[in-house]
Amino acid sequence: MPLSSAEITQNLQTRFGHDILLSETGHNYLPTFTCNRQIIADLLGYLKQHPVLQFNFLTDLCGVHYPQNEPDREFCVVYHLHSWINNIRIKLKVFCAKTDCKVPSATAVFPAANWMERETFDFFGIEFEGHPNLKRILNVDEMDFFPMRKEYPLEEQTRTDKNDKMFGRHNS
Amino acid sequence: MPRIFADNDPQSLHTTLNLGPTHPATHGIFQNVLQMDGERIISSEQTIGYIHRAFEKLAEYRPYYQITPLTDRLNYCSAPINNMGWHMTVEKLLGIETPKRVDYIRVIIMELARIADHLICNSILGVDTGALTGFLYCMEEREKIYDIWEEICGSRLTTNIGRIGGMERDFNERAMLKLKKFLADFPQNFKEFERLLNRNRIFMDRTIGVGDYSAQFAMDWGFTGPCLRAAGVDYDVRVMEPYASYQDFEFDIPIGTNGDTYDRYMVRNEEIWQSLRIIHQALEKLPPGPYHADVPKYFLPPKDEVYHNMEALIYHFKIVMGEIDMPAAELYFAVEGGNGELGFYVISDGGRTPYRLHFRRPCFVSYQAYPELVKGQLLSDAIVTMSSFNVIAGELDA
Repeated sequence: MPLSSAEITQNLQTRFGHDILLSETGHNYLPTFTCNRQIIADLLGYLKQHPVLQFNFLTDLCGVHYPQNEPDREFCVVYHLHSWINNIRIKLKVFCAKTDCKVPSATAVFPAANWMERETFDFFGIEFEGHPNLKRILNVDEMDFFPMRKEYPLEEQTRTDKNDKMFGRHNS
Repeated sequence: MPRIFADNDPQSLHTTLNLGPTHPATHGIFQNVLQMDGERIISSEQTIGYIHRAFEKLAEYRPYYQITPLTDRLNYCSAPINNMGWHMTVEKLLGIETPKRVDYIRVIIMELARIADHLICNSILGVDTGALTGFLYCMEEREKIYDIWEEICGSRLTTNIGRIGGMERDFNERAMLKLKKFLADFPQNFKEFERLLNRNRIFMDRTIGVGDYSAQFAMDWGFTGPCLRAAGVDYDVRVMEPYASYQDFEFDIPIGTNGDTYDRYMVRNEEIWQSLRIIHQALEKLPPGPYHADVPKYFLPPKDEVYHNMEALIYHFKIVMGEIDMPAAELYFAVEGGNGELGFYVISDGGRTPYRLHFRRPCFVSYQAYPELVKGQLLSDAIVTMSSFNVIAGELDA
């Protein structure tokens, strides 16, 4: 009998209170939990150690930038967890502000988070507190900006030899 | 452990060795700075990113169908798996159901890609232990797989094979012939390769007990694919979350016990046999029917219709110019790549390009454990360990 997202929600809310919200379930969506960033490391540890849930595997960790969001929810870190015993995946999300871009590191729970967090730091500038070696990984060390943030366009904006007006390359 | 001196200290017993970025033994462009005590490795630090091409940023400015060629360049030893993974992600986003024939054709192509990927990894492992002959045998077989792809999609390494909603064309007569010839010839040629290495005393001495780890270590460090299965965990995305009708086929998941280089080698070898099994079943059961789903909005119409039919012309133009909006959604989709779970995490805000796309690259996740594995090992063992991890620089750096 597979676990339903309602059961997982109830389980998490009894342990962590109502800081954890379930969102986005249904077709194509994984059960997604949004939580306060302070508790993320505890939450990951709890999910990993839990005798029934057993979210033993950190599949993926990445950052997202939402410049349109309210200032304290501008950056998002997404964790994909997979329970191999129950064969369910869930997604955890934490948000932080641009001025206070810090999230506790998950490396103590999942060593695999090491490079994923470095990559997220490299591209979004999100600092993972408690990370053993937080420095750039794919970009050069001298780089002084975080290229995956939305304010950095793909191509150099000073070029005049390209007119993209008709076939637009931009999202808008 | 003796005290570690700075390198320029005359008392220093240790040397710093730069393995890479361009070294034949790294099989790609990435660097390892090794701290050596004689031949033994004390510590190592990896530098990666030499071929970082900003695919995730690029993808935010490209319509969905133009992202397929980017995925080619992730794990370029098995590009079709990446392509298919991306097509299936977009199909899931759009809610497209593909016909059975499409699934089976995809399975055949993906399993050929897995064979090509494992062939390269295992034969190069042979080269690193001093056996060049097997490598040459394998390259010949891989060439035949590339010939099949060439017949289907026109290219060999970076294939851009398939389309969103199906395949760009059906198998033609020649592709079928080449595939059947490959299936007939390959087993005995591959057995020859196995005979060269599997029970070879030198090869076994070089690989057994080298770079080993426990199942718990593998799970904690995010290993997937053959590297995980070598430690005895039977996790395979094809079985856990079947895609492209994998549930229709009968195959086994080979596992090892010690997670050492020999186990990784044997798991890959056995996976090649299992892939062959799947291809045979798929060919046997290959259902007739269309080679793409009926989704004119996303699948290019035939060329002659474009010239004579107004709707076809409109769709052709809209698809090629990337003018079609996608539904707003957020999804994760994974396929079993040559190296493990290859995931695509897409956030679509309803526009024509993804708002954010993240590739879960199996190499990137597993390679980070390398310093842990080679600590205390001999340099020659470290080379063999790296080789059997099948680290592909394209996938590492995205």
